[in-house]
Amino acid sequence: MRASRLARTLQYGALAVYMVFLGFPLVWMLSTSFKPPREMVEIHPTLIPHNPTLDNYVAAFTEQELGRAALNSLQVSLSSAVLTVLVALPAAYALARFKTKLGTAALGWVLLSQLFPFVLLVIPLFLILRQVDLVNTHAGLILVYVVWALPFALWMLQGFVRNIPRELEEAAAVDGATRLQVLRRVVAPLLAPGVVATSLFAFISAWNEFFFALVLLKSPDLATLPVTLARFVGVEGIARLGPLAAGSLLATIPSLIFFAFLQRRLTSGSLAGAVKG
Amino acid sequence: MLRKLVAVSAALLIGLSGCGSGDDDDSSSSEGPVKLRFLSLAWQKESLTANRELVDKWNAEHPDIQVEYVQGDWNSVHDQLLTSFEGGDAPDIFQYESAAIGEFAKQGYLADLSSLVSSDLKGEISDGIWKTVTFDGKVAGVPFLLESQVVLANKKLLDAAGITVPAAGQSWTWDEFQANAQKLTKSGTYGVAWALKSPTNRVMNLSLNFDGKFFYTDGSKTEVKVGDAEKEIPRRIHDMIYVTKSASPDAVGMGGTDPLPGFFAGKYAMLPGGVFLRQQMVEQAPAGFEWVTLPPIKGLSANQAANPQTLSISEDSKGKKQAMQFVEYFLNPANMARLAQGDWLVPTGKKAGEELITSTGGKQGWDVAVASAGDLTIAPFQTVDGYPEWKTKYATPALQQYFANKITLDQLGTQLVDGGKQVLR
Repeated sequence: MRASRLARTLQYGALAVYMVFLGFPLVWMLSTSFKPPREMVEIHPTLIPHNPTLDNYVAAFTEQELGRAALNSLQVSLSSAVLTVLVALPAAYALARFKTKLGTAALGWVLLSQLFPFVLLVIPLFLILRQVDLVNTHAGLILVYVVWALPFALWMLQGFVRNIPRELEEAAAVDGATRLQVLRRVVAPLLAPGVVATSLFAFISAWNEFFFALVLLKSPDLATLPVTLARFVGVEGIARLGPLAAGSLLATIPSLIFFAFLQRRLTSGSLAGAVKG
Repeated sequence: MLRKLVAVSAALLIGLSGCGSGDDDDSSSSEGPVKLRFLSLAWQKESLTANRELVDKWNAEHPDIQVEYVQGDWNSVHDQLLTSFEGGDAPDIFQYESAAIGEFAKQGYLADLSSLVSSDLKGEISDGIWKTVTFDGKVAGVPFLLESQVVLANKKLLDAAGITVPAAGQSWTWDEFQANAQKLTKSGTYGVAWALKSPTNRVMNLSLNFDGKFFYTDGSKTEVKVGDAEKEIPRRIHDMIYVTKSASPDAVGMGGTDPLPGFFAGKYAMLPGGVFLRQQMVEQAPAGFEWVTLPPIKGLSANQAANPQTLSISEDSKGKKQAMQFVEYFLNPANMARLAQGDWLVPTGKKAGEELITSTGGKQGWDVAVASAGDLTIAPFQTVDGYPEWKTKYATPALQQYFANKITLDQLGTQLVDGGKQVLR
């Protein structure tokens, strides 16, 4: 009993250290965003600014259209996440449940597709999108993001499907449920954590993506957040740290909200004891 | 809850088709005003404002030639341009630098400006600078902003050591600079901080002081040679760090602006660097800190390599003439002076320089900065195709090792020459 309490303490200690490790850059960014330029080059920098200022936030917002960029990003990322899941879900179910020779080959192909570096793809992709008039549109960018996130999303989701015991579906069928009812009443609720995890993955990869957004979107009105924030970085690694920190901090807020919104669904373990060993 | 999210995103998706399309019509082929896209790399606050205002003013005065201002960034501009050239959707006018546009010019992506540039603009800029943007006889861009290497110094420490500040154009020789660095070195203070994290460009630039060329071309064959002239600058810097100990060994691994905290705290008395560092002085120096800009140091000459920022026009642009009209307006002496001031860089144009001196009164180092333009010229390394590869693979690691005191000067020479043999085959 005492040993386990000690182990527990150590576990939480390690967790706390890890949290500090993860959180520190964010805290430093928060601190930098309130510092006037002079305090950024102090030889002994402090975590709490001596003369906190909102100038960096004002600069970030007046010089770049961060609000519009955030809306653009939100639109693109949410749409990509939803579309990715909508396409991946049926495919993942089919791959996991129906045994065909194609299944293994398909999964292999999915993994293989992850090996291509995207710099190889960007020019052909650009040319294709241009032919169908999707360059310089959010729709084109979303299409790229969905295609980009799909293989991994598929791989992830089919793992979740596989984890749902087939016996549950069979039991429901024995009780007279139709195929659709089985899917809706049994599979869907159990798959929710998987769907949440997958959409988070798709959302974050679209939210952070820089290069495709830079190349595909030409009009300043359409630019996403990463592209807009990059404008605070200058030559030879010198950046306008204050506005950059302020902008980046604000840029994390929507994704934090999205996470908070979805993470409650991210609980698994509802399957424990579903099937008797 | 998930269902609500799906509904929201579906609504957003539907909304997309309406607001998601930008204008991608083919400018000048039809009737109506010529539309030009201008990719600018301005990022400093003042320079951003100047850029935007100049474009707005142009658009108001020229209803038949409308310029769309697009802001890019220095880190991704190369890939962005490359993909848009390949994809046939390049900006009509774009800002970049002479060292980088040669590659695009050789692939035929850039319009030859030699017949488009007015004689006025041509005459404003020195021949040595025009050479940095001329490839196979074709002018690939209009050079407009320059960076020269100067020395920033802590005025109080100079005064305390009894050192007088040289006037613009009255450069110290390297010997004087080294002697003064020695005088300024006391307990807790080094005379100089050489930030040498990326040493190659700096060594190449400064080596022109002693006529150190590094690249020698004989007919069609180019090779790297490291003789006495090439060894001068590395040896002098190395001596300051390890022999006379007048330069801080801590700064060796630092990037351009990393020594600033130490400089402001009085740990380093002098800081060699680009003219743009003056902006950091104005913005970030603590209250009461007095700084001065010393003219570039001279050896046999005060020559330095020029890598000007440029404005180029795409070969595919449907309004090259109109684009050039805009460039001429954008870079007229008053505007060029304003752009230079916004970026804390040196204008290439003579009249722009004069105008800048008048408007600033030569303060904040502008007298020194403008005067240094005369020393900037083309250097051999700028015309060598394999230079970027030689720099990353061989020169930078070798110089870093030498400045960390891990190899000798002769070993450095051998590594640079051998690297040249690998790259310039």
